[in-house]
Amino acid sequence: MHIVVCVKQVPDTTNVRINPETNTLMREGVESIINPFDEYALEEALKLKDAHGARVTVISMGPPQAEVVLREAMARGADDVVLLTDRAFAGADTLATSYAISQAIKKVDAHPDLVLFGKQAIDGDTAQVGPGVSEFLDFPLVTYVKSIEINDGVFTVETQMDEGVNVIEGKMPAVMTVVKEASTPRFASLSGWMEAKKTAIPRWGAKDVGATAEMCGLNGSPTKVVKIFAPPTKTGGSRMDGREEPEAAVDAILEMLQNKGVA
Amino acid sequence: MADAPIFIDPAKCRGCKKCITACPFGALYMEGKLATLKPEECRACNACVKACPFKAISSTAQAEAKKSSLDDFKGIWVFAEQHQGKVQEVAYELLSTGRRLAKDRGCELAAVVLGHNVADSASHLIAAGADKVYVVDQPELAEYEANVYTDALNQLIAKYKPEAILAGATAVGRAFFAKVAVRSRTGLTADCTALSIDKESHLLHQTRPAFGGNIMATIMTPNHRPQMATVRPKVFKMSPPDPKRKGETLMEALKLVAAGTKIVRVERNASNVNIAEAEIIVAGGRGMKKAENLELLRKLADLLGGVVGVSRACVDAGWISASHQVGQTGKTVCPKIYLAFGISGAIQHLEGMRGSDTIIAVNNDPNASIFGIADLGIVGDLFEILPMLIEAVESKRKS
Repeated sequence: MHIVVCVKQVPDTTNVRINPETNTLMREGVESIINPFDEYALEEALKLKDAHGARVTVISMGPPQAEVVLREAMARGADDVVLLTDRAFAGADTLATSYAISQAIKKVDAHPDLVLFGKQAIDGDTAQVGPGVSEFLDFPLVTYVKSIEINDGVFTVETQMDEGVNVIEGKMPAVMTVVKEASTPRFASLSGWMEAKKTAIPRWGAKDVGATAEMCGLNGSPTKVVKIFAPPTKTGGSRMDGREEPEAAVDAILEMLQNKGVA
Repeated sequence: MADAPIFIDPAKCRGCKKCITACPFGALYMEGKLATLKPEECRACNACVKACPFKAISSTAQAEAKKSSLDDFKGIWVFAEQHQGKVQEVAYELLSTGRRLAKDRGCELAAVVLGHNVADSASHLIAAGADKVYVVDQPELAEYEANVYTDALNQLIAKYKPEAILAGATAVGRAFFAKVAVRSRTGLTADCTALSIDKESHLLHQTRPAFGGNIMATIMTPNHRPQMATVRPKVFKMSPPDPKRKGETLMEALKLVAAGTKIVRVERNASNVNIAEAEIIVAGGRGMKKAENLELLRKLADLLGGVVGVSRACVDAGWISASHQVGQTGKTVCPKIYLAFGISGAIQHLEGMRGSDTIIAVNNDPNASIFGIADLGIVGDLFEILPMLIEAVESKRKS
């Protein structure tokens, strides 16, 4: 069994701000991390490897420094890693990104058994690239996966839907996106780190994966960002100290609830 | 390199730099006394075309030719997601916003229903604002399956060419819309919080949060159709239905692909409420101290007809299931009333609930960031205030 996991390096979004004067992103000094949801996807792949024996290949698309997340994936137990990096990919929206990644997956393996993604990346929050890749690969799509079992080429997964859990079955290959209700990601072992540090990470560009220029980066992106701006700041309303007079605080809450038509 | 979407006539350019100020993307610069384009930065927004006092900048022939084929796409659609024949509320919310957009665009508003035994829903959708309802009523569509749904919607798009399509950013909408957009090779903007028709370009302007809500971006899809967007439940308000509204229902029979997967079991337990659909949320955080104390939240939620929400800390501590989590890694909610007890307000949590109409927060830390966005902020001990509040609501009910 061959499992491909796609991971993204993201800024720790807690610290991303907008410069109010220039309306541009201030990303300086913001720490980069592996997208938390992708860690769950990787963990599912590694669990399947532990249980059934599988080759796990991890792909990341991003700038050269995204190599770090691939080393981390190797340290945790991934067998092979590839960094998809090219200036031609710059400015890609979810369509152009899905295309580039699907081209890379096809080069890694024309017939992988499973392709796993995190539910979404915490910087863009779109949750669109996993489904987009399933379309380019023409594989069935299963989203919001919280557990995976495999038997004789047939998978049974639990998916977390809005109102409960759906248990879904299908034949491999498939593209799946994994939620955080899945297992807690393992830590990398020390020996894993030593090994991962030494490994040379292959870098593929648009030409290497046979991606046509018109479908990459800005050129291949139907969506255009018109402007970015700081969110309207909601300023706090009235404040009360409820430590001395909790009764008054309760009355204030009740009054507000009644004004809004509840209670 | 892409064909330049704009042309700057050197004979007409006087070097006034107005276009440079107007360009939102920094795609123009001065080469000597001549405005010059960096084509790779240009997003064809035509802001410079309008800004130039000398009519030196024009949209190029390629851009114009493409535009005319785009004109074949007409009308705005709302995907009306249904479960067991019941249309989800978010579809009605989208229809009320869709009405406004259709009016601004001067076009028709249609709803699309995919399912089995769902024909009854058409009259409700018309009452909610649809001029037309496309219904695909077939057994293969009884339960959502990504491949089959994608195929069905794409066939309708190819046949009727809508200019824009909206869906709720639900588990279903977010997943299969992404496939539909790729199959149509068009753009999709997820989780929009504002939608409008731009007066000049007539394009759909789609505004959404990114980077954990620290940044808002307005996005458009200038050269591809349909323009696609998802919107979270409760972001837009539903307008009251008008049963007298007239509309047309079109039944479509489609030949659909085989399903890629099948649902073998659906587990819905009572506690698995969908907090994203709730009008009232009584939420607790780390300050609740232990699992048993969440009972207080449940009690108040039951009294008010609401549901319990929590911050990530409560889920990580194992006090309650993740389906109750509000925030970036949980659910984004926009209820009428959000009561926050013992929630300090980490940015990831605020991102998930800042859209609430009214926020009431109780916290013992006067510096808690939740107070920064609360309409009513009370510094105090929740274990004192919450039981008193429950009692007060109870006695109010009795009287």
